[in-house]
Amino acid sequence: MADPVAGGHPAARLTGVDVEIERVPVLRGLDLTVAAGERLGVLGANGTGKTTLLRVLATLVAPSAGHGEVLGARLGTPACAAIAPRIALIAHEPALYPKLSLRENLHFVARLTGISPTAADDALDRVGLARAADRRAEVCSQGMRRRAELARVLFSTPSLLLLDEAHAGLDAASAGLVEAAAEQVCRRGGASVAVAHDHQRLAAMSDRVVEITAGRAVAMPREMAV
Amino acid sequence: MTAQAATTPSPWRQCVELARKDLRLELRTGEVLLVTAPFGAVALLFVPLAIGPDTPLLRQLGPGMFWVVVLLFGVLVTLRQSAADGPAQLAVLRLCGVHPGVRLAGRALANAMLLLTFQAVLAPVAIALYNPDLTGGLWLIPAMVLVAAGLAALGTVAGALAEGLAGRTILGPLLVVPVALPLLLGATQVLATARHEQAPWPWLLLMLAAIGVIALTVALVARFLEESA
Repeated sequence: MADPVAGGHPAARLTGVDVEIERVPVLRGLDLTVAAGERLGVLGANGTGKTTLLRVLATLVAPSAGHGEVLGARLGTPACAAIAPRIALIAHEPALYPKLSLRENLHFVARLTGISPTAADDALDRVGLARAADRRAEVCSQGMRRRAELARVLFSTPSLLLLDEAHAGLDAASAGLVEAAAEQVCRRGGASVAVAHDHQRLAAMSDRVVEITAGRAVAMPREMAV
Repeated sequence: MTAQAATTPSPWRQCVELARKDLRLELRTGEVLLVTAPFGAVALLFVPLAIGPDTPLLRQLGPGMFWVVVLLFGVLVTLRQSAADGPAQLAVLRLCGVHPGVRLAGRALANAMLLLTFQAVLAPVAIALYNPDLTGGLWLIPAMVLVAAGLAALGTVAGALAEGLAGRTILGPLLVVPVALPLLLGATQVLATARHEQAPWPWLLLMLAAIGVIALTVALVARFLEESA
């Protein structure tokens, strides 16, 4: 697989970014750089803008002020559409269609992105869902749905992996899948940004941890995060 | 990790996949065929009950009643809850590289198929209840296709505008019905004209023009709708 973040550029760089959600300022003058190959952890109290930061990095929300680049595309420009398929977001809310089976959900994404549905089946197998693949998402536990989303990451091979409380609902055995997914993205030259409330777990799976306070990112020593 | 060489599918391919997903969801929930269609049939039944056994009047009212019911209940078909994408699903679609216009086109394609089925279910009910004059009845086929296409596109825009709003089903009819009037007018006049052994091309063209305007609007506002969702 080719280097996902070409030319030694950072995976993402935000400079003085402001974001307002429904006219309420959430991020204010945020500066942040995510290097290629880096696993970044993001901490912060509820409502400080961690999820919003992930949505900005996913190019889903454009800054109201400041500027930023993600995978070489300037935020808020049409170039973001071209790099969007290289970003994977595991949001707090599962993105599965409840009435579709886990397999149907993953096949749907695979077909939309031009990937063979067989790859989706393999990924389901790798996250231990081969036997539950034909179960509708609505009757699956949160942990199973989370694993299905991790399977999506496995077959879509993103350059930037964004994880919003990705461990939620996962048992100890499955939690390692999150770390493994982030590790593999970074090993291929991509980067990962994880938001979590579990400081210890976040510090263990990150090369660097920042805290979002008053809409800004503040570097945090790993030992403090732990 | 599986390294898959992805080739981005064509917008048409993506559109078909999106429509297929919507239709599969409808099959699982049965919102159109098990809930809306029976209510449409009941609405058709109420008029003869209210008017009484005045057969000539019912024969005259029948086609118009059919199209009114198709239009009003068709809006509910296009705004069905099972087809609403949540924020997480919308995010995944955007990150799959699905252009907002393609997403709406996929939704409109699925809506059109469902509206055709909806009309196919209601038409025999209307014929049985109203016994209308079916001279030139073959012209109904293009009229039904055009109504399905126009209402599907219109309902898709209304659904996207109302997405996430509590008043989704209230706002939908308010947005759709006035713009759908050329469709209603065209559809009712197609059969009336055909009954006089005239080709109803002007009415079909009116409907086609209305669909063209609606489709153009969808294409122009798709990006805005996506960003405001």
